[in-house]
Amino acid sequence: MTDLTKLTIHEALDGLKNKTFSSVELTNAYLNKMALGRKYNAYVLETPELALEQAKASDKRYADGTNRALEGIALGIKDLFCTKGVRSTACSHILDGFVPEYESTVTQNLLENGAVFLGKLNMDEFAMGGSNEHSFYGPVINPYSKEKPLVPGGSSGGSAAAVSADMCAAATGTDTGGSIRQPAAFCGIVGIKPTYGRCSRWGIMAFASSLDQAGPMTKDVKDAALMLKAMAGYDAKDSTSSKLPVPDFEKVLGQDIKGLKIGVPQEYRPDGLNAEIAAYWDKAADMLKSRGAEIVPISLPHTKYALPVYYIIAPAEASSNLARYDGIRYGLRIDGEKLDDLYINTRTEGFGAEVKRRIMIGTYVLSAGYYDAYYLKAQKVRRLIKNDFEEAFKKCDLILTPTSPVSAFEIGDKSMNENPINMYLNDVFTVSVNLAGLPAMSLPIGLDKKGLPLGMQLIGKAFDEETIFKAAYALEQDAGFERK
Amino acid sequence: MTYTIKTAQNEWEIVCGLEIHCQIISKSKIFSGASTEFGDDANENVSFIDAGMPGMLPVLNKECVRQAVKTGLGLNAQINKYSVFSRKNYFYADQPNGYQITQYEYPIVGKGKVKIDLSDGSSKEIGITRIHIEQDAAKSIHDLNPKKSYIDFNRAGVGLMEIVTEPDFKSPEEVGAFLKKLRSIVRYLGTCDGNMDEGSMRCDASISVKIKGEQGMRERAEVKNVNSVKFAMQAVENEAKRQVEIYEQGGTIEQQTRQFDQTTGQTKFLRLKEYADDYRYFPEPDLPPLYLSDDYIENIRQEMVELPDAKKERFIKDFGLTAYDAEILTESRQTADFFEKAAKGHEGKKVANWILGDLFASLNANKLTLEQSPVTPEMIGELVDLIETNVISGKIGKDVFVHMWQSKKMPSQIIEEKGLKQVTDTGAIEALIDSVLKENTANVEAYHNGKTNLFGFFVGQVMKVSKGSANPQMVNEILKKKLG
Repeated sequence: MTDLTKLTIHEALDGLKNKTFSSVELTNAYLNKMALGRKYNAYVLETPELALEQAKASDKRYADGTNRALEGIALGIKDLFCTKGVRSTACSHILDGFVPEYESTVTQNLLENGAVFLGKLNMDEFAMGGSNEHSFYGPVINPYSKEKPLVPGGSSGGSAAAVSADMCAAATGTDTGGSIRQPAAFCGIVGIKPTYGRCSRWGIMAFASSLDQAGPMTKDVKDAALMLKAMAGYDAKDSTSSKLPVPDFEKVLGQDIKGLKIGVPQEYRPDGLNAEIAAYWDKAADMLKSRGAEIVPISLPHTKYALPVYYIIAPAEASSNLARYDGIRYGLRIDGEKLDDLYINTRTEGFGAEVKRRIMIGTYVLSAGYYDAYYLKAQKVRRLIKNDFEEAFKKCDLILTPTSPVSAFEIGDKSMNENPINMYLNDVFTVSVNLAGLPAMSLPIGLDKKGLPLGMQLIGKAFDEETIFKAAYALEQDAGFERK
Repeated sequence: MTYTIKTAQNEWEIVCGLEIHCQIISKSKIFSGASTEFGDDANENVSFIDAGMPGMLPVLNKECVRQAVKTGLGLNAQINKYSVFSRKNYFYADQPNGYQITQYEYPIVGKGKVKIDLSDGSSKEIGITRIHIEQDAAKSIHDLNPKKSYIDFNRAGVGLMEIVTEPDFKSPEEVGAFLKKLRSIVRYLGTCDGNMDEGSMRCDASISVKIKGEQGMRERAEVKNVNSVKFAMQAVENEAKRQVEIYEQGGTIEQQTRQFDQTTGQTKFLRLKEYADDYRYFPEPDLPPLYLSDDYIENIRQEMVELPDAKKERFIKDFGLTAYDAEILTESRQTADFFEKAAKGHEGKKVANWILGDLFASLNANKLTLEQSPVTPEMIGELVDLIETNVISGKIGKDVFVHMWQSKKMPSQIIEEKGLKQVTDTGAIEALIDSVLKENTANVEAYHNGKTNLFGFFVGQVMKVSKGSANPQMVNEILKKKLG
């Protein structure tokens, strides 16, 4: 019998509809894979009983013909999503044992589309990090690792690894500065960060509210289209969610991309850019060109400010968003003589080093006397970065860039551990997109000499994920990337 | 009349501004759907948002916006079509998110003014600096357990309007008059119930003093959470005196926060301002800026009720009331409505006298509110008419009022049942007088011999014989004639 876990969502849906196999069988196959793949440390909580219960219900629906868009498809859920009755910790010690009484809107949407949840996926604590080394539950190992364990990227490292190693059909991720796209690139899968406002943030533990977006992490572009459609939509409970209707992304797959204008920003090709990555970038542009797309050189002049702006705004919002973890109402509490001691003890013990660093940065940039110089200025530059994209999109329909300047690196990489700035630099191609609120997808383009996957990024206009899907689908076929 | 504090050396003036927190009347909280009901069991009305659970997002309650706009219009203030919510960050156990959502740089209401009337007959305008809307904190309860504090989140997230005045107050009397006027206005508008003792209206006063004629301002002390009009006046008076004493002894005042002690009427040191928290305000990323259209504001303006000042003017003009009576009758909308109903088609000034006299006295004696009054406006109106048309005398009217209070019957019915109708038949009165004079020949003689003060005795006798039903005016006239 074929390995059911290798199937994409759309392939599995065919099998389920044709009754080639049941959702229970499919789910069991994943549960076995998860057991075999525990060395990757992708899951921080497995919920097999719940999954099988949901799978049974799905099989019933297939039997009586009431099956829904993702009926019986087994997914992994990033631990940043609050899931009702299932421990949700953002992989932080401070949320020890926290079991929400509510289901996040995105996961609720998935459940209402018939999805089966296998468990909660590892991540950098509160989504802060680009290597998944900052999890209270330990690092995730990239399934592409050979002799030495490699990082899966982050913060959605558990999601990327689980999809890559067939421990779920697909996974949810969240992306604040690249947290879906970079791990997707590192693990050879597809990940899309939709336009800010496309998916509700309700029930997702906030990192940086003005940047956070949930999105799907899948084996291929078509799966991403199916899954995003199920996740997205207006939510009255999130005042920043968009009322625009969610298109049927699947419909555009396979459409001609002739005449599509693809922008290539000169600022994303610094002198020191990795030659292999540069070569793949050119190759991707050629592939699109050969299908009749037009390659247009563009300029995003404020790109060089994106990282510093991001590392002011995101920590500023985080410092405030994480203030609620105070040991009073839920999660970890380390008592103290006085109220302040309780706060200090709980937060000292409960937060990891990277989270503390960002709370400190955020608190600093918002402080009286520094606000204008840092936060306010950063907001102004953010506006300029957004304007850059608006200008660029007058000349093109999509922007093509690499997803990351590097492929997966070793766990415990010295330079990055010694200087966090080196880690932050990996976000150089992804953060601008969050600052501008735009949609962007990473899809695998090929392997580097080390045999590690590289990703290409397609950035679209606000609420124009369709054009991304159209071009990505074409590029996917031409790249012929073979999944692990 | 200027209020000053005179000492042996100097004459001191008070400079005072107020910040008043008004709980907004709305069914649900400002950013959640939880009920605002006061007096429910602890933690009964708490949503996940109010408890600061992970992943929760605020949604602005439109009713609270409407109420704030109404209040702004009621205070003759500028309504800002663009306003922004901000986070005020600080840790305290009754602040579940670690920040309060408030408005900082861009409040919903700008400059306005309120007229106050003073006891010497003068009036004065107090400037309103701004009104912003924000969420209330939870309530800490420290006295239930020696080692523990409890928190009641029912109040957490209830909508507040913070009304900030200019430092226009120069006396405790002005502070009292303003608070009463403000309370009256918000009650008229139905935007706040104004119950200072329940904490739904709370006042902070910033107080400084200066020598008469001195330029500029001296350091000020802020007295927090004063919960009655009387206490506010006391706080201003005593804090000013305290400052004067310190200055006169050669001391200085540092900017500080003080607490009002209800038992002594004095203010107590709480903390120095220089140790105040740095609140790290920044725009709330979970809520988009608030835009109000001209139409929206205009619609609210159209729906505005007549406010106490306008009503007072109208009562003086239409009913010939004195300014004093009109002031009392318009202090609350209920009283004003009661009066207007009673006065409709009747002699307004007389109606006012009955309400302010017998009715208020009876209500006070029985500890009843106007809403609980057994006497209706219709009863008062009819009673006034019956006296005006000489059906009964004013004196009988007093008795009829007592019957009305007890039986809730209309005065005409009482008069009918008790036979209290006044005798206005000249013949009948003459007959009564004749019989009285006949029985008191000695006194008649004495009267004629110059003891004219016996006139009152004869009147009394006639009234007695008539059991009070004779028209006293007619008795007087006829008696005068008969006695020559």
